[in-house]
Amino acid sequence: MSGFASFFQHLAASGIDLPYFYDSFDATRFWHGLLLTIELSVVTIAASTLIGVIGAWMQASRLAAARGIANVYVELFRNTPPLVQLYFFYFGMSTLLPTIQNAYGQQLPLLGGFAWASLSLSLYAGSFSVEIFRSGIEAIPNATSEAAEALGYTRMKAYQHIILPLAIRICLPALTNNLVNLIKTTTLAYAIAVPELLYVSGQIWSDRGNVPEMMVTLLVIYLVLVGILVAFMRGLERALRKPGLGT
Amino acid sequence: MKREKQFMNRRVILAGVATLALTGMGAGHSQAADALQQIKQKGVLTVGVKADYPPFGFREASGNIVGIGPDLARDIAKRLGVKIALVPVVASNRIQFLQQGRIDVMIATMNYTAERAKQVEFVPPNYYASGYNVMIPKAMKATSWDALKGKTICAIQGSFYNRGASEKFGLQLSAFAGVAESLAALKQGRCVGFLYDDTAIEGQLLKPEWSSYDMPLPSQDSEPWGISVKKGDDDLAAKVHDAIVDWNKTGFIMQLETKYGIKHHSPFVVKAHDDAKKG
Repeated sequence: MSGFASFFQHLAASGIDLPYFYDSFDATRFWHGLLLTIELSVVTIAASTLIGVIGAWMQASRLAAARGIANVYVELFRNTPPLVQLYFFYFGMSTLLPTIQNAYGQQLPLLGGFAWASLSLSLYAGSFSVEIFRSGIEAIPNATSEAAEALGYTRMKAYQHIILPLAIRICLPALTNNLVNLIKTTTLAYAIAVPELLYVSGQIWSDRGNVPEMMVTLLVIYLVLVGILVAFMRGLERALRKPGLGT
Repeated sequence: MKREKQFMNRRVILAGVATLALTGMGAGHSQAADALQQIKQKGVLTVGVKADYPPFGFREASGNIVGIGPDLARDIAKRLGVKIALVPVVASNRIQFLQQGRIDVMIATMNYTAERAKQVEFVPPNYYASGYNVMIPKAMKATSWDALKGKTICAIQGSFYNRGASEKFGLQLSAFAGVAESLAALKQGRCVGFLYDDTAIEGQLLKPEWSSYDMPLPSQDSEPWGISVKKGDDDLAAKVHDAIVDWNKTGFIMQLETKYGIKHHSPFVVKAHDDAKKG
């Protein structure tokens, strides 16, 4: 055994049990859990932001149907608890989808826990992002889009090249808030047995009874993960800053 | 860990009870010897049983408590020639019920542990045992735990055997918050089996919805269940001991398992019966 592992084994004997540093079984599942949390965060951050951009554009659409769909989506997903949504998708929705039969006569669902968690959390956070982008878009004076039209931009091109770039700069702080929340909300995936960080930590502390150590570990890791996101978003804000806009 | 803490609390309570008991120690022995006498005088044996653990003790539609535990209790009363009174107990109060004399005998799915043996008198031999097992589709035709290697198995978050089972047999566990979620996931094919207490799986297998499932593999890490009496009730303990020895000889508990629909005789009971037959 390496000196590193044996140090933590001694530490465990003295009352601070951090098994993910010395027990290979716990280490494997713990670091896989961390990796899965990061994957889930990256996937849902990307998907929910995309949903936000598209949703906000639909909200401002001339088509009543597009506006209607966007509004219903926002109300539905913003106003219901994310855990309920997750259970609904995982246990409720998946029974409505086609299944494959396995060798033992069981009906296998097409999507697994990770896929449902990604979808459900993206839709949840996306509903907030739609409103965040709308706030950014509505902050752009009408005169700006009129000027774009006067220069021959189509609505789509004006949205793409003029309105959205400006709106993003305005709504970045609010978007950061939403994405921070999203990273924290990924812990809900433990309820549908996605072996992310909270799930594996729960398994470890129910095996070993080292609840305080695992709780502190979780808090520290989420602080670091969220810290990285916030630093990135701050950097983005600085990089995108245009003199004269906002301030 | 939690369990240990409960014991610690119980120990503190027990220390208090013991101090009180010491004051009447002189008369204590003759009183204890009279426990059997008192039961015969009253004409009633009061037994603590589970009322929420089918088929080991549950209420039928009429409200009566029935099951394997209650039937064993009735058999002991019959041997003593007295009537039976059943008192429903739960894990958190059953030891206190026995210590306070509210029940004479306890047959309530209680695991034998050294810690508990300090608080109550376990009557040897232990009468039953439970461990963990897995409920899988009959179509799997598994004959050993090795057949489940690498397979996804649903489980309950926090079960103490989760890690042992996944390490020993290479199971991929998918652990949910409760039994209902876990069984829903099994029904939807999110896993090929359900890892849980063997006695509780037996209860699930009695339901028609699980008719295509079975529990064909041997239970693991079985812990014995003991019948207990109050400390010092030696005469009563001797009678209960005789009853258990006789059950093992006649295979009475196996008959009760069949009566209550348990499909797989507990290997513990089968072994006890075989040993008793050998003499």
